[in-house]
Amino acid sequence: MNHNLPVLVLAFPLLAAFAVNLLGKISKKHVAPWTLASLSLSAVASSWVLMDVLQTGKFTYTVGGWMAPYGIELVLDPLSALMLALVSWVALVATFSALPSIKQEMPGREHLFFSLYLILVSGMMGLVITGDAFNLYVLLEITSITTYGLIAMGKGRAPLSSFNYIIVGTIGACFYLLGVGYLYLLTGTLNMADIASRLPALYESPTAATAFCFLMVGLWIKMAFFPLHGWLPNAYTHAPKGAGVLVAPLMTKVSVFLMIRIIFSIYSPEYAFLGHAGIKNLVVWAAAIAIVCASLLALAQKDFVKMLSYIIVAEVGYLVGGVWLANQQGLTGAIFHVLNDSLMTLCFFVAASAIAYRTGKSRIEDFRGLFKKMPLTMLALCVGALSVVGVPPTCGFFSKWFLLLGGVQAGQWEFVAALIFSSLVNAVLFYRVFEVAFSQPEEGASLELEGSRTLEVPAMMIPPLVVVTVALLAIGLSAGPLVREVIRFAIPSL
Amino acid sequence: MDGWLAEIIGKFNYWVYVVLMMTGFYAMIRKNNLVKKLLGMNIFQTAIILLYISMGSKVGGKIPILDKQQALEGAVQVAGVVNPLPHVLMLTAIVVSVSVTGVALAVVLRIYKEYGTIDEDQILERIGKS
Amino acid sequence: MRTLQQDAHIRMPWQDMILQTAVRVLIPFIQLFGLYVIVHGHYSPGGGFQGGVILGAAIILMALVFGLRASMHYISENANKTLSILGPFVFCFIGVLCIVFGGGFLDYGALDSIIPLGWNEWRSFGIFLVELGVGVGVMSIMLRIYRVLSSAGTMDKGL
Repeated sequence: MNHNLPVLVLAFPLLAAFAVNLLGKISKKHVAPWTLASLSLSAVASSWVLMDVLQTGKFTYTVGGWMAPYGIELVLDPLSALMLALVSWVALVATFSALPSIKQEMPGREHLFFSLYLILVSGMMGLVITGDAFNLYVLLEITSITTYGLIAMGKGRAPLSSFNYIIVGTIGACFYLLGVGYLYLLTGTLNMADIASRLPALYESPTAATAFCFLMVGLWIKMAFFPLHGWLPNAYTHAPKGAGVLVAPLMTKVSVFLMIRIIFSIYSPEYAFLGHAGIKNLVVWAAAIAIVCASLLALAQKDFVKMLSYIIVAEVGYLVGGVWLANQQGLTGAIFHVLNDSLMTLCFFVAASAIAYRTGKSRIEDFRGLFKKMPLTMLALCVGALSVVGVPPTCGFFSKWFLLLGGVQAGQWEFVAALIFSSLVNAVLFYRVFEVAFSQPEEGASLELEGSRTLEVPAMMIPPLVVVTVALLAIGLSAGPLVREVIRFAIPSL
Repeated sequence: MDGWLAEIIGKFNYWVYVVLMMTGFYAMIRKNNLVKKLLGMNIFQTAIILLYISMGSKVGGKIPILDKQQALEGAVQVAGVVNPLPHVLMLTAIVVSVSVTGVALAVVLRIYKEYGTIDEDQILERIGKS
Repeated sequence: MRTLQQDAHIRMPWQDMILQTAVRVLIPFIQLFGLYVIVHGHYSPGGGFQGGVILGAAIILMALVFGLRASMHYISENANKTLSILGPFVFCFIGVLCIVFGGGFLDYGALDSIIPLGWNEWRSFGIFLVELGVGVGVMSIMLRIYRVLSSAGTMDKGL
């Protein structure tokens, strides 16, 4: 493998972003080929990187030839290579759904949308492989600013939701910056490995604890951990569907990954979990409350996409609780759940985008008769629903199983109860959707579709539906080998 | 009493930054006008920038611009020179702050075109009515 | 080469003699200073972003005093859009160029194979090319932000 490959994974979408913007002004036909070509190259390259890292172990790349700790390092260990592959493949699959959707929603401005889209993808890829704390802040802000722009391009209430997101998101990023500032004040270096080697001598100082708190709260704002989740439902509901398809599966999960990075690579697990007694239990209690409240809020929603956003908030509760359970099972479950949750959210948002493309409706009561009109979409939605409830053999069952085992092993019964409660609530939520979708449309149907002919989505939107359905099942069926070969190496040593 | 006074006066620049940060934070939360919220966000980010800059300062420190002759002779005393790294980091943070302000102002422009007002209470009223 | 006198017919109605005379003299010096700051970036305080902001400020000053249309005759909107994309593109392109010639990303020593100056000289000088791209990009983006916001997106009203 060429040792430059990790950077090329980042560089392809970035260069394509500028090309799409320039060439898109001349003719709109250039947008789709450049976007798809660069994202495919990235996806293939990131898979290559993942296989290589699993075989040969951790790999660091210095940018510009300036040696660490003075220069910026990219760190590729199995966990970050796995996240890199996840980000690039989800981005590629989501683009197939975004292209027709954006062409319908904002004709004539696709080149602007997709240049922001590609910069967002390359920013997220950089976020998962960077090994420098301040570089993380820069990339975090790059992804956030492009997300603000993408969400604000929607109609109706989108600019207001985006403005809310700007205010709250900037607070989160500034807290992260404060945390990094305190760490620099303590240790004098910004390289994550270097901080980790200098910090243990300074664990008693209150500055280290303050830095940890600021870093954690900043990332909790970014990942929408209840009760800091206020920006998420409005932002994801009113965003253009093409933006929701990319941002919803990835942004919060990448922030969870950053939290894992900080706990395991900068501070050590002993400090975070055992250092200040009782913090761990508090956080797991908070996660359990988050899961319960978010599930209850999801029950109250009439809009399909808003319901999905509250499900995302609940899933973030699973992830935070899983990490802070502080045992092997919990962490395996959390990492596996990051993978599964991205795919499930991708499935839901692609289906919602397909439904919005064909019918323009997004309230649940307007989904009547959809099973006949859009069978492929509803099949994908079925598989996704089974996965989120946790029915074998879909992948959601296995990651929930690990989380439950971890909760039992750690004695955190409230977390176990919250997980079971949330599965039941998800079952109710999706039963409601399917009940409406199965029923016949009334006379004078509200869906403007003739007869009983199926009116499926355009050809370009079919690959993501198929790929996601197959992936949810395949990952579930191969959960054993996957955990043994890949995820076991991804867990930082406990 | 002596300990308290030493804490406040000895670290009085940090107290100033804390006051600035809380002012910006208060403005972001409490003010109704969207542009005033943006100003609060800017004040908050500026306070953090000031915190970083004061991290690198030293009592009696020299400016971190080297004289070529001195550097070649090797007569530079690094411990007596102000640390330039926080300054460079804050340049990046200033760029980020400017970008976020630019995006936020463009979004406020769109909100104004849509609702005709930039007061949050009035916007929520108009959404509630429609 | 157009001068500001030739664009007199598109100036705004109110004409403040002092401001316009002063700004007419000042703008070239501000631009020169901006270029100075960009070029000195790798050697003393300065750099791409700082110089770019100064360059952008010079043209924004022109837009403030002579009207938006005068500044559009100076840098048209299409040229501005193209520059704002080319600036960062130069940055990434040089990074990937270094990879193509065998080094790492942004490892300027690899550019020694195109123009032989010496590995050390290139590592010290390479950042200058990137700073040029960044400076031009920042100038055009500052100008674009000002134009979009001051004309409320329509770009056909001045101050």
